[in-house]
Amino acid sequence: MIQKKSFGAYTAKVLIWMIVILMTLSCLLPLINMIAISLSGSSAVAANQVGLLPVDFTLTTYNKLLKDSQFWASFWISVQRVVLGTLINMFFVITMAYPLSKSKFRFPAREVYIKFVIFAMLFSGGIIPLYMVVSGLKLTDTIWALVLPGAVPVFNVILMINFFKSVPESLDEAARIDGASPLTILVKIYLPVSLPALATVALFSIVGHWNDYFSGLLYMNKASLYPLQTYIQQLTVDITQVTDAEQLKQLSQMSNRAFNATKIVVSTIPLLVIYPFLQKYFVSGIVIGAVKE
Amino acid sequence: MSGKKAAKAATGKGGSKERLTFHLMLLPGMIMLLIFVFIPLVGSLMAFQDYIPAKGLFGSKWVGWENFEIIFSFPDSVQVFWNTLIIAFAKLVFNTIIPVFFSILLNELGGRFFKRTFQTIVYLPHFLSWVVLATVVSNMFSLDGPINAFLGLFGVEPIQFLADNNWFRTVIVSTDVWKEFGYNSVIYLAALLSIDPGLYEAGSIDGASRFKQIMHITIPSLMPTIVLMVALNLGNILNAGFDQIFNLYNPIVYETGDIIDTYVYRIGMVEGQYSIGAAVGLFKSVISFALILGANKMAKVTTGSGIF
Repeated sequence: MIQKKSFGAYTAKVLIWMIVILMTLSCLLPLINMIAISLSGSSAVAANQVGLLPVDFTLTTYNKLLKDSQFWASFWISVQRVVLGTLINMFFVITMAYPLSKSKFRFPAREVYIKFVIFAMLFSGGIIPLYMVVSGLKLTDTIWALVLPGAVPVFNVILMINFFKSVPESLDEAARIDGASPLTILVKIYLPVSLPALATVALFSIVGHWNDYFSGLLYMNKASLYPLQTYIQQLTVDITQVTDAEQLKQLSQMSNRAFNATKIVVSTIPLLVIYPFLQKYFVSGIVIGAVKE
Repeated sequence: MSGKKAAKAATGKGGSKERLTFHLMLLPGMIMLLIFVFIPLVGSLMAFQDYIPAKGLFGSKWVGWENFEIIFSFPDSVQVFWNTLIIAFAKLVFNTIIPVFFSILLNELGGRFFKRTFQTIVYLPHFLSWVVLATVVSNMFSLDGPINAFLGLFGVEPIQFLADNNWFRTVIVSTDVWKEFGYNSVIYLAALLSIDPGLYEAGSIDGASRFKQIMHITIPSLMPTIVLMVALNLGNILNAGFDQIFNLYNPIVYETGDIIDTYVYRIGMVEGQYSIGAAVGLFKSVISFALILGANKMAKVTTGSGIF
């Protein structure tokens, strides 16, 4: 009897391990396949022989990519927008979350501001009127079109409000009794104890800016001004234009898959570099988010 | 003077100088929201106009509800509305079930090292953009790709998944679940950790098998979190995932895969019918807004916490 039960438990355990491993591999193998394609000879790629290891290993496409000036121009635009965009995002997150984290007794107008902010998070006029505003301000074809429309990351502001609220009131009180100004208290007390939360929010901004292709597509009229993701999106856009199945088949055989795979792999490297930090902080970010307004 | 300040600090009341600082701090952010959120909101009034860019919002002719009548008379837009609902609803269901399933299984595994490794890997696709993943997905689902090769083992004829109206939605939903299940499981894993171990001890003393414990302890304990997440995501039911579909669809599958957001983009930005596009967008915004408020209320009633 006992043996039978433990045998059942053993089978269950094996089954659970197998399912978890399969699900995990499903996330990993397609990406490894991409890397393998980027490192394989073009005829092997065209014949679809590449699995998890490169076939006819070659660095040809990587050498070609090094000389691809448009790719690196777009890469540089993306780097600039990540730096500029994240700095702008952080400025607004801090300057907005701090006053809004105060109680309505200390800052009665908070109640009005917070409604305004929540409304801005929930309701949008849609892309067409936004496009009109951005082009009306003559921001199209400049880097500002990539960073200003999303300058106030409302969701992250609310995340940060929740975090600032969890800072013990006594710290704030002690400083105020000593005569410190609100700005001093923010810089000397709130920011230092909020570093993990600030890191979380900054990482969200970095990933968001790096991954965004749509504002490039919308606001940039010249391909030379595309950020990296828009540039890559345009390479693969052929596939969204086809009108019959035969054409789709031909396209996938004709296009330079190894070279495209290389571009994709290289465009992902910056994310992989910050991934350990991302992983460390985003769980805490979700937990902060769970402390509701 | 300093005595007064101390008294103020002690009662938790801010001085007028402090309040002025707060107003000034909020000013730049409010200006940005005004420009990029509230002015476009006014701009969406173009949905009630025959908008001509050269004439602007104030010069264009007002046409009342005409654009909305036009939209609802298109068979396309009705189809687009249904596509959106079907895809978003299927995503909501599977983006709940699979992460709950995965987090329960992961929680059953012993060994911190393996657990952490698995987690590290399954979170990864969440951080990659759909631009990148669209290439990965179309590679996987291509005619001579791995999925067709696998199905071929069972004698299935190769399928053009991304150009077949019978399959397109399935591919969209399953690849979205694939991208997000790791990330979505984080919140359930956190909830699992907070279950009182005493419950399991009591369960095993009573002779409940591990499976019975999962059915009668784990799942009921997760229920409040599940309900909260579903309620909050209900507000997103008109967001079927623009980035994903925009990067994977093609005219062959418009019939099953075209959603409100992709439709607005094509009508408004590509074809230049600004007013019609804005009308569809406004229609969506209003319904979404109502849904989010409703969902938040529902979450507050059922679980005591909402998002705002």
